[in-house]
Amino acid sequence: MASKKNNVLPGFNLTLGFTLAYLGIVVLIPLSTIFLKTFTLTWAEFWHAVMSPRTLAAYRLSFGASLAGALINSVFGFVVAWTLVRYEFPFKKLIDVMVDLPFALPTSVAGITLTAIYAQNGWLGRFLEPHGVKVAFAPLGVVVALTFVGLPFTVRTIQPVLEDLDVEYEEAAATLGAGRLQTFARVIMPALIPALLTGFALAFARALGEYGSVVFISGNMPMRTEVVPLLIMAKLEQFDYAGATAIAVVMLVVSFLLLLGVNILQRWSSQRLAA
Amino acid sequence: MFENFGWLSQSQADPRKSATADPPLVRFALIAIAMLFLGLFLFIPVAAVFAQALQHGLGEYLKSIIDPEARSAIRLTLMTAAIAVPLNVLFGVAASWAIARFDFPGKQTLLTLIDIPFSVSPVIAGMMFVLLLGVRAPIGGWLYDHGIRIIFAEPGIVLATIFVTFPLAARELIPIMQAVGSEEEEAAIVLGAGGWQTFLRVTLPNVKWGLLYGMVLCNARAMGEFGAVSVVSGHIRGHTNTMPLYIEIMYNDYHYVAAFAVSSLLTLLAIATLIAKHFLERRVIPVPQKGADEIETKVAA
Repeated sequence: MASKKNNVLPGFNLTLGFTLAYLGIVVLIPLSTIFLKTFTLTWAEFWHAVMSPRTLAAYRLSFGASLAGALINSVFGFVVAWTLVRYEFPFKKLIDVMVDLPFALPTSVAGITLTAIYAQNGWLGRFLEPHGVKVAFAPLGVVVALTFVGLPFTVRTIQPVLEDLDVEYEEAAATLGAGRLQTFARVIMPALIPALLTGFALAFARALGEYGSVVFISGNMPMRTEVVPLLIMAKLEQFDYAGATAIAVVMLVVSFLLLLGVNILQRWSSQRLAA
Repeated sequence: MFENFGWLSQSQADPRKSATADPPLVRFALIAIAMLFLGLFLFIPVAAVFAQALQHGLGEYLKSIIDPEARSAIRLTLMTAAIAVPLNVLFGVAASWAIARFDFPGKQTLLTLIDIPFSVSPVIAGMMFVLLLGVRAPIGGWLYDHGIRIIFAEPGIVLATIFVTFPLAARELIPIMQAVGSEEEEAAIVLGAGGWQTFLRVTLPNVKWGLLYGMVLCNARAMGEFGAVSVVSGHIRGHTNTMPLYIEIMYNDYHYVAAFAVSSLLTLLAIATLIAKHFLERRVIPVPQKGADEIETKVAA
């Protein structure tokens, strides 16, 4: 029906039919219930749920800590990608493989192990707490957890672009008298900006929705260390489904806008690579 | 002094590179920063899992793992993955066939829709199923009246897991199917092979490593999912606990050895996943286009 290129291959109706049915049952119908549920709320109820002081505090922490985590990952993710692409050192292969650990490690495992490390008597907590740096059960712990979950995104978006970057441009810059720092700022950085932004946005989006690793390290104190997914969970446990749904809709809209932003960024960067 | 650090050399020993080489001190500093960062966020946490799990010795560790409640959690996790992974791989195969082999309107939109579960918070994912299939919802209420419990029971856990792992296999298979191209399949069809025969003898061998890769990624996420499953499980002890949920309950009850012992199993799974990923990544795209005669013998066989 739709094959434009005189396709001899069979199975179009079967595979597309199954794809759409499965997508509808697993993703689209369940997702639409969230939006349908919000329509049962009055404006005042909706506004009260998404703008109450406790919700506002949760937004502030979620956005702030996700932003901090994504920034940390952008800076250090760049350094990690740079060393993995440009330098040789022992155990490089192993380290390269390990970068994906936060993808593979269940979030509850990450949560309890990070908490154990940064608790008062933990490996790092015992050195930090006497100096007044409280990580576990404090907002800083949320930043640590969100940095952990976002780490692979920045490294893995910057690394392939660095690998494809032609050294000839750097040689040309050096030949023309540019210093190494100048070459870095004028030649290397501009080529990396789309990848840096994409990695930042992906790490930020992942951090916004994160629940498992944060629930253990944050201590879940309302107004202080409660991120938005935790607040939604708290409302669900009190059977306040309407309130939970209203906040979920706000977060979904933000996530979809971020997804849209990432798509635009990726189109931009592929155009630049092609040019 | 840094000339002694032979292992800190640049990737290729190319004399032209001297113009683009970073000074040894910079190199050393950047590697040190990268290692410190990864050590802090990757290696110390992994070491801590095993240190905590073994803090009271191997005997206590093994006792925690063969505990009946732990075993029941392991069983439910394996069962959940055994349902979610094949379904999502089947979806991945169907979606990649439709998308990589045919042109149709709305293809780009379909690709975006497939990615949706990646941008939905696990908690919200679990909540959708509670709203749709919980006892208070129309569909859930009807099912409950007919003796079918989904939320706060195993089917809910399986559904939530299917949702969060939904794009993983499809996302790997679509680009691979596109890269392989359809020439071999077209040749097989023209030479008289049936659709299923072509799929089993031509397509499947070409994408088998990609299929396995998608399965490995899907499985890791299915066995490790926590947030979505937490919402739909209802925390019924020894009944609706997957491994990540069991870890939470043990941890909150101060049974640290039990929590970290089960965590160590999931950590080993994560490490095995990373190793498998590393070896599969290089084999995912098959050597393009074998000789036409080979295709003929395949079809004739």
